[in-house]
Amino acid sequence: MGGIPHDHYEPKSNAEKWLESRLPVIGLIYGTLMIPTPKNLNWMWIWGIVLAFTLVLQIATGVVLVMHYTPHVEMAFSSVEHCMRDVNSCHMIRYFHMNGASLFFVAVYAHMFRGLYYGSYKAPREVTWIIGMLIFLLMMATGFLGYVLPWGQMSFHGTAVITGLFGAIPFIGESLQTWLLGASAVGQPALNRFFSLHYLLPFVIAALVIVHIWAFHTTGNNNPTGVEVRRGSKEEAEKDTLPFWPYFVIKDLFALSVILTVFVAIVGFMPNFLGHPDNYIEANALVTPAHIVPEWYFLPFYAILRAFDNTVWVVIFAEWISFGIIDAKFFGVLAMFGAIAVMALVPWLDTSSTRSGRYRPMFKWWFAILCVDFIVLMWAGAMPAEGIYPIIALIGATYWFAYFLVILPLLGVIEKPMTPPATIEDDFNAHYGQTAASDNSAASPAE
Amino acid sequence: MFRKLTLTAAVTLGLASGSAYAAGSEAHVEDFDFSFEGPFGSYDTNQLQRGLQIYTEVCSSCHGLKFVAFRTLHDEGGPHLPEDQMRAYAEYYEVFDEALFDGEGDFRTATPADHFPESNDPNAPDLSLMAKARAGFHGPYGTGINQLTRGMGGPEYIASLLNGYHEAPSCAPEDFDGYYNTTFAAGGYPDECKGDHGEHLYPGSWIAMAPPLYDDQLEFNDGHAADVEHMAQDVAAFLMWTAEPKMMARKQAGLTGVIFLTVLSVLLYLTNKRLWAPHKAAAKRKD
Repeated sequence: MGGIPHDHYEPKSNAEKWLESRLPVIGLIYGTLMIPTPKNLNWMWIWGIVLAFTLVLQIATGVVLVMHYTPHVEMAFSSVEHCMRDVNSCHMIRYFHMNGASLFFVAVYAHMFRGLYYGSYKAPREVTWIIGMLIFLLMMATGFLGYVLPWGQMSFHGTAVITGLFGAIPFIGESLQTWLLGASAVGQPALNRFFSLHYLLPFVIAALVIVHIWAFHTTGNNNPTGVEVRRGSKEEAEKDTLPFWPYFVIKDLFALSVILTVFVAIVGFMPNFLGHPDNYIEANALVTPAHIVPEWYFLPFYAILRAFDNTVWVVIFAEWISFGIIDAKFFGVLAMFGAIAVMALVPWLDTSSTRSGRYRPMFKWWFAILCVDFIVLMWAGAMPAEGIYPIIALIGATYWFAYFLVILPLLGVIEKPMTPPATIEDDFNAHYGQTAASDNSAASPAE
Repeated sequence: MFRKLTLTAAVTLGLASGSAYAAGSEAHVEDFDFSFEGPFGSYDTNQLQRGLQIYTEVCSSCHGLKFVAFRTLHDEGGPHLPEDQMRAYAEYYEVFDEALFDGEGDFRTATPADHFPESNDPNAPDLSLMAKARAGFHGPYGTGINQLTRGMGGPEYIASLLNGYHEAPSCAPEDFDGYYNTTFAAGGYPDECKGDHGEHLYPGSWIAMAPPLYDDQLEFNDGHAADVEHMAQDVAAFLMWTAEPKMMARKQAGLTGVIFLTVLSVLLYLTNKRLWAPHKAAAKRKD
């Protein structure tokens, strides 16, 4: 790996030399763990470890759950109940898995919004960002596929709605939907293949995570100032960085432990808080739930999907100009995937040469509005599509696109950014110099 | 048929559901205090046993509990019947065994490994998971955080429904199908009782199930009062147990986990502080 100059692993014993000359695995692990890391990283840089942990948690619990699960429309629901009631500790394993999905998305949204604020997507880290977006897409797919497996009411009718999105594509939609479901309606073929894919995709995610880490280990981490680590010499680089082990491993483990405390409290004391009660009713094609609502982590994008109905002028215009090929339903689907696509393209939409939002006075405000917008969209997505809610969702969706397509490109031109510190070392010293001066009593006892 | 089910279909993810209650002049759910609410709450064994008795003598004539095995009645953290009582209870039932009679199947006396029978009546839903399927507490402000201390609302719904039979409002036709219930929102509703914009003027709707409980219907071994309000809560508690039989073990695991992780967090905090101290001190000198 290129990047920041640092010490490399030197095999000492004969056994190490023997192995290293045949497979340099110790050197790889050493290089990965000892990577020079900007020493001014703040607490928003802990989510990567949380995500890595959650992926392992989900795979480990998932592998056990599969041992007791039957992917059959007549038996799926009762096999889950069997696991919850008759298998030792399965109720805990399943509740960890169910809520683990939510932890995954809490962490990934925090991770993504950190990247959006500190400009982690900007050159030279575009590839890291793009791979991250692919992981995010696969996570959404995996989350949805997993929600289908218990074969409750929300599983069943949610599947009909989500695969119906593909049905909205002109000309090929209906055939595509049938191909996805393996039948003309949601049933046994769909359940079987969703089970297969739900088991497959996490391993694809794991592989992409390795590529994600590889990519940012090549460029080095971003940091809150957005200033690059000095790379002139090893000595210079060491002024800006500390090795990942032990400094950031311990820091991240502390953060992970705090987050897991809250997580375990939710699993132990209110494990169904984030679920939908209807999924405790066995799937029944003849009874449709009054509100079909996706899991909370899909809600912002679900709101964007529903925002564009046939009363919105852009939808009417699109329908008119495309001779009716792009109807309201298809427009909604395009908007939903477009909302993710504009995020993926942000490295090329943000024209500002200043990387970190910390030194961009105007950007800060627009970014804050984007965060609020995300929450508002999530809330609007959970509401029934009637009354004022579609209007709120439409305003929210418009801002989402405006932020990425208009505001970010323009800000780079009109904004006058402040000057970031010259080096990471300066930032670190300024920060701890100040807090130590104002907070002497708290800093001293540890020494 | 399924109209706005304030409770059933309202969105659990709390963000959603402030409105469910706001819009919910349609049904009324009383927030009963159950012993198993909150992180430290636990099932009341006597109450579960009374609930079992009510279920057996009243509900089971139509409803089923197909996911619940008889042997679990003996489990700790549940009704905890003595083993001989649990065995005797199972023998009281007959189950269909496909293996008997050269594969044609036949009825036989149930054993502890068998499950409760399914519903007799196709219109009577299975009650095994009803307390979780009808959960519906979303406060405050629709976040659902209250569930931590007040429970998820499912047993409250069941108890409210059993308490919710009232005399039908006078606007309803005499021969309207079902029984007026202020908690049940998914039933029929006469047009005569709707306002100008189709809104319901009275809470609830008309349910097909006749009022199943009446005062002093049963006599309990523990001498507990057998009025409708108490019996409704007892059977609701029992159904919470059938829906979540491992709740006690779960909360204990949660508590152990929280205590362990809190200690671990403190240790890691101190480790981290000590690890970084020389670098932060150096930063202070240089600034």
